[in-house]
Amino acid sequence: MSERHISELGDLTDPDAPAYLRPCGLAGYAPEQLKRFLRTMLLIRTAEEQIAEWVEQKHVHCPCHLSIGQEAVAAGVAFALRSGDRLFGNHRSHAHYLAAGGELYGLLAEVLGRADGCSHGMGGSMHLRSVACGFLGSVPIVAGTIPVAVGAALAAKMDGGADIAVAFFGDGACEEGVFHESLNLASIYALPVLFVCENNQYSSHLDIALRQPSDRLARYAEAHRVRATVVDGNDVTAVARATADLVDAARIRSEPMFLEAITYRWRGHVGPKEDLDVGLRRSMAHLAAWKRRDPVLRLEQALLAAAYATADELARLRAQVRTEVQEAAGRALRAPWPATSDLLDFVYAPQSE
Amino acid sequence: MHRSPSERIGGGLCYGQAIRDGFAWLMSRHPEVFAIGQGLWSPWYVGNSMTDLDEEFGRHRVLDTPVSEAACTGAALGAALCGYRPIVIHPRVDFMLLAVDQIVNQAAKWRHMLGGQPAPRLTIRGIVNRGGQQGAQHSQALHAWFAHVPGLRVVMPATPADARDLLIASVLCDDPVLYIDDRWLYEEQQAAAAVRILDLAKERPVRMRAGSDLTLVGASYSTALAVRVAEQLALRRLSCEVWDLRVINPLHVEEIVASVACTGRLCVIDGGWRSCGLAGEVCARVCESLPPSAWRAPPLRITLPDAPAPTSAVLEAGYYPDVESILARVTASFGA
Repeated sequence: MSERHISELGDLTDPDAPAYLRPCGLAGYAPEQLKRFLRTMLLIRTAEEQIAEWVEQKHVHCPCHLSIGQEAVAAGVAFALRSGDRLFGNHRSHAHYLAAGGELYGLLAEVLGRADGCSHGMGGSMHLRSVACGFLGSVPIVAGTIPVAVGAALAAKMDGGADIAVAFFGDGACEEGVFHESLNLASIYALPVLFVCENNQYSSHLDIALRQPSDRLARYAEAHRVRATVVDGNDVTAVARATADLVDAARIRSEPMFLEAITYRWRGHVGPKEDLDVGLRRSMAHLAAWKRRDPVLRLEQALLAAAYATADELARLRAQVRTEVQEAAGRALRAPWPATSDLLDFVYAPQSE
Repeated sequence: MHRSPSERIGGGLCYGQAIRDGFAWLMSRHPEVFAIGQGLWSPWYVGNSMTDLDEEFGRHRVLDTPVSEAACTGAALGAALCGYRPIVIHPRVDFMLLAVDQIVNQAAKWRHMLGGQPAPRLTIRGIVNRGGQQGAQHSQALHAWFAHVPGLRVVMPATPADARDLLIASVLCDDPVLYIDDRWLYEEQQAAAAVRILDLAKERPVRMRAGSDLTLVGASYSTALAVRVAEQLALRRLSCEVWDLRVINPLHVEEIVASVACTGRLCVIDGGWRSCGLAGEVCARVCESLPPSAWRAPPLRITLPDAPAPTSAVLEAGYYPDVESILARVTASFGA
């Protein structure tokens, strides 16, 4: 840890803090909605476990950045959005794409490099889109889509409706200059954009304590007079509740909002390994502690405690999702490769004759 | 309120004013077009090329911005993905470099890496603003860098009519376009001409002057130089054909190859540096296309020296190619 670093997040970053090991709070959400949260998180986790397996089996060779452990952020944020909103992601966006409603088969075919992929096999894991769902693109340049989302919010404001834009990014992106430019621009132009910072406390390999003087990223939003909320990112209902408040305000007041969700990734920066992070050994004890703050488990525990679901029902849901992923994966492995002509055909827009 | 169209200025089209005409034409016909960039509400930054557009079309469509090249270019890209056709203005190419991620990594590759739609229908206007002892960070012409990048169309108009019509074509094109204009051209005049609606993807080099002894090639300001050099050489009984490239990415040289096949001599003039530059690219492509027997002399590149722009007047005087220095180089290489 740098001598300059202070922790302002307190127990939110302490995996042993009891307050954040408790089951999710369920107030305000109907059982069916809570089960949809669970289903979305299970879908993300199971799909990524499938992708991780493919990487190990060498079916997939493109860099895959997995968000297992962070599923509640995407699932909670997406719930507060509606058709017409525009979403942008980063290098770690399988979860954002799926939570936005992107097709599972399109994701799996894309990481395999097949023509049926959501980006026509041109993108692999790091370049995803589902225009039909408003997921306009994820790209791996850190902070690359943050100003693009601000522009999508500018377009929404020019349209005169109440649509908003959403940018998903990590704590590392907050160290890029364009992040600060984007907050300033969105604030002075009063643009309806939700900045979603998934603070998993690590860049590719380096602890935030070695990168920033504070672990609380919302301070940057406040510096630009952007309203910010810091939330337990492993509690899906807390994320959904905080997002709904911010999104409502963004729509009504046409202003930027900032959500900081504290979370932790279970796998390395890239690839399926738990113990390695871009060549560095991770603390397995720290990881084990964070796994106890499992967003899926905490929702399941809450559902059982409230008698909203039985253990059998939850087991059935897991099995259903597993079957769905296996079926889509099987199809994706049989999907056709892109035509070699696509290499040049996608460089420029098709020409009129 | 409508400003005087450029046809009324001196009875013809003037380059800087023609750019403004292009903006006005676009904004009056296409509600999805807007302009964003630094200095647009006090556009001394951009000569006479955007005067009072904010008054004519409103400040909601002509946005002045914070000092944030990267965010503003990215924002223009984001709006372009949501149905608009923005034009983001960088009053100097040097400062545009702060937005290179958004131009090169994002806009140029968006269609390809995401397998098609949505199209980034974005125009980036970069202005070359040289001379005046402004020095190394206020003077650069870096078109060759950007023309290296697949997916980014790069446009360099040399004439007033092209300045207007290629701006319109850039904005109406469904690809990201870097439109580069040079302030040394802003006073260029030509006879009035009606707007021509061009499909940028189909635009080709244009022959500015016919000739039989030497093919001169330029783009933007170097085309204007080439025309003047050709006029001088004609007095010395050297007949020059002058070609204006107009669009340097994707680069088309078939017409120039055909010209050199007749003249046997090629001189490419470029306002950029020599190494890995536009002049070298044109020479290489023509050389690849013609047998050694087609050449009556080796090709000649006339570029900036490989040094940053100086500030001192005495150094600056020798830095930029002008008609006299080009004539001397051409005469030394080809005789005349």
